[in-house]
Amino acid sequence: MTNIKNWFSHHHEDNAGEEALLPKFYWNPYLVGIGLGIVLLASFVIMGRGLGASGALSTVVSVVVNQVAPEHTANNEFYKGYLGDGSVSPFKDWLIFLVIGVFVGGFFSGALAGRNKMIVEKGPNISTKGRLTYAFIGGTLMGFGAKMARGCTSGQGLTGGAMLSVGGWAFMLAVFAGGYAMAYFVRRQWI
Amino acid sequence: MIAPFFKFGYFNDEISLVVAFIIGIGFGFFLERGGFGSARLLAAQFYFTDMRVFKVMFTAIVTAMIGVFYLSWIGWVDISLIYYGNTYLLAQIFGGLILGIGFVIGGYCPGTSAVSIATGRIDGIVYALGGFFGIFIFGEAYPMIEGFVNGNYMGMINIPQLLNINYGMILFIVILLAIGGFTAAEWGEKVMAKKRAEK
Repeated sequence: MTNIKNWFSHHHEDNAGEEALLPKFYWNPYLVGIGLGIVLLASFVIMGRGLGASGALSTVVSVVVNQVAPEHTANNEFYKGYLGDGSVSPFKDWLIFLVIGVFVGGFFSGALAGRNKMIVEKGPNISTKGRLTYAFIGGTLMGFGAKMARGCTSGQGLTGGAMLSVGGWAFMLAVFAGGYAMAYFVRRQWI
Repeated sequence: MIAPFFKFGYFNDEISLVVAFIIGIGFGFFLERGGFGSARLLAAQFYFTDMRVFKVMFTAIVTAMIGVFYLSWIGWVDISLIYYGNTYLLAQIFGGLILGIGFVIGGYCPGTSAVSIATGRIDGIVYALGGFFGIFIFGEAYPMIEGFVNGNYMGMINIPQLLNINYGMILFIVILLAIGGFTAAEWGEKVMAKKRAEK
């Protein structure tokens, strides 16, 4: 049990942990891109579909809303799409299992590098409370935007991008456009 | 043609969930290796100080794109059996803009927030809670915005089909764009590093 706690703190009590968070300790971005591309390719070849993440969040939301107000979800095509016809659990789903895997893979990589740490990531010029407020607002916009676009950076960006999807490329260009247009106004949070 | 394996019935739905889990592990592993569990590194993309989001995404897209094209060319993969999202042009542009704004405000996107939570980032947890809330708002608003969301339907269409240009030619153009983009990104990072050093 003590070992599990160590996974989230540090292997060493000195400053080695802070250093592990510096960009140079991450892998070369092009190497990571090739690795990620091979994972995506494996998904295409084995399953005939790509990666995704936001769909798993939608399933969770739909199930929770259905628990609270089943009559309400019965009249809403959006929730119904994620709940299915009731013959199988909505959680027996490709994207749900994929995202569980993402947690495991991310945790494993972070543990290997000594980067698993309970912290709030923020720039030096913003309070923790301010950062968390921004995180919530950003997350809300992301949730709404991803559903509007029928996918996120994984489903539309990576998968659609690699398959040369028209919507995927339009989406991806819009994501970068939106990010750059907004960046100036939230710069105090990051730099 | 032997692939996609699942579409040719080599294994059932239950096994596909195990496959999803294993592919997810690979996905999460590489995202974390690339620094995608860190909001500061992700947001740096939008200030030109660290262009890793662009570099990783485009390298991944180009790798998988070439892989699929090659495997289809040698007759292993039936590319028409690989599913990707239908195009609803305006909703996807509008949704992308909102997601991009949310990305720079919140510091993550859905997949990267999962990695950030796995590595202990509290802001990642709050971001994901916001994500649930945003999806809930969308679900509640859905009956009202259904027309817009389902408008401009173009089906499962790729750029070669849209422009009526050879698949290989588009592939070649994307590779050239990527190489140009990477060169620009490396140059931009150097310029920004110099600027910061002068301050």
